Amino acid sequence: MKKIEVTGISSRYEDLKVLEDISLYAEERELVSILGPSGCGKSTLFNIISGLIKPDAGRVLIDGQEYTGKPGRVSYMHQKDLLFPWRTIIDNVILPLVIRGEAIEKAREAADKYFPVFGLDGFQERYPSQLSGGMRQRAALLRAYMFKSDIMLLDEPFGGLDAITRRKMQQWLLQVIEKLGSTILFITHDIDEAIFLSDRIFLFTERPASVRRVFPVNIERPRGSKTFTSEQFNRLKESILEYL
Amino acid sequence: MKRSASTGDKERLKPRLGAGLWINRLVNAWNNRGLGPQLVAGLILTALWEAGVRLGGVPTFILPAPSQVVVSLVKNFPVIADHTRITLYEAMTGFVIAVLLSFVLAFIMDSVPVIKKALYPVLVISQTIPIITIAPLFVIWFGYGLLPKVIVVMLVCFFPMVVSFMAGLQGVDGEMYDLLKSMGASRMQIFRLLKLPGALPSLFSGMKISAAYSIMGAVIGEWLGARAGLGEFMRRSMHSFAVDKTFAAIIVITVLSLAVFEIIKLLEGWLMPWAKFSAREEQ
Repeated sequence: MKKIEVTGISSRYEDLKVLEDISLYAEERELVSILGPSGCGKSTLFNIISGLIKPDAGRVLIDGQEYTGKPGRVSYMHQKDLLFPWRTIIDNVILPLVIRGEAIEKAREAADKYFPVFGLDGFQERYPSQLSGGMRQRAALLRAYMFKSDIMLLDEPFGGLDAITRRKMQQWLLQVIEKLGSTILFITHDIDEAIFLSDRIFLFTERPASVRRVFPVNIERPRGSKTFTSEQFNRLKESILEYL
Repeated sequence: MKRSASTGDKERLKPRLGAGLWINRLVNAWNNRGLGPQLVAGLILTALWEAGVRLGGVPTFILPAPSQVVVSLVKNFPVIADHTRITLYEAMTGFVIAVLLSFVLAFIMDSVPVIKKALYPVLVISQTIPIITIAPLFVIWFGYGLLPKVIVVMLVCFFPMVVSFMAGLQGVDGEMYDLLKSMGASRMQIFRLLKLPGALPSLFSGMKISAAYSIMGAVIGEWLGARAGLGEFMRRSMHSFAVDKTFAAIIVITVLSLAVFEIIKLLEGWLMPWAKFSAREEQ
């Protein structure tokens, strides 16, 4: 059974076809990338998977269960960190627990143990504006993780960062997902990023978006900075470029 | 850095006279707080005023010199203090009621769009009515007591606050709103976690304006009919050609308005501890 599977998803916005017959899946603990041009409707797909919008056709299955149009099952992280400027980092991170009605002290304790893993230890009581862009993204990721840890949708999470920070964040993410054990769907328009992080890449066409081709990524783990220059990496990159 | 270097130069160039040195030190002290230019401008204007009145031989009942105003303030201090207490009481009562009312109304208008649509034009139109023309009516309706003044203060303070409260509540970040929704937050939670703290900056900017206005509102109310208060004191002074007393009251009014403004600012800093970090980032 697939951890998460969407089948035959179509969606239109008014008269505009946005998604056309999209099917994709991720196995447990896999990181699967959705690679495509910006504005091709990838974010609409995430809104459908997270249950915020209903598709015109198709189904969303999680652990074999029907979750089409049912929000609250997966966590969702945006390109913008969307940290609340008036809450300290730890209070931002525990937001999902507070909403669930947990006591603040208990929620803080639960979140605190993840701060070292997310490279945020010592910054619990800081405000978001005191943190660097990379740290803020990690805090946003931790907040998403506190909401639902088994399936996370990451929508261009490093898109707003500079190239050097982005590279660091990619390497950090690879290490950390080993520990977290989450299944991750990852939207990006950066081919290198997709290859470096993924177990599988779904290449999307322009609007209306459909799955152009699926690329399994068989580059062995652990991956590091050398991966970017390896022969396997470049061969895969070439074949993806052919289909763009 | 540049500024302190240049004041240092000036200090060296100035003659080492006792008074000059003292003023220089004062200016430097204020400069360290970034208040130098304002202070100097204020001193120059006051000096010009003083010189103009004295050299031009302007009689006190036309325009008193600043020194005469200060003397008058000191001489009449006990009387002015009594009137000040009353004015301050009216202003603060009206202000606090206006804060509560505008908060409740902004909350209702934000949560029920129909009510906003219905009431917003009424609010705007109410602001086009010159308060001076209706304030005497309040005296007729409610007498010479505190109530008509409190009502004037409320009317003056209410509008800026309700408008800024509501702008704050409505200007909430849509993506943050969606994020909370996707986490399953209820309407009440969204208000408490996002809307209220997100609206605090505009809430406080409205409160600062209204707090400063509140003193003026009370004075206007008193001017148009009262037994006591700074407005009544000023009116009486004017009618007896004691313009220096009127100006003494103006000083008190200015100081009070600035004081309540600063108090709200302190409150703002205390309730929004994160703001100082964002401000630093913007610099």
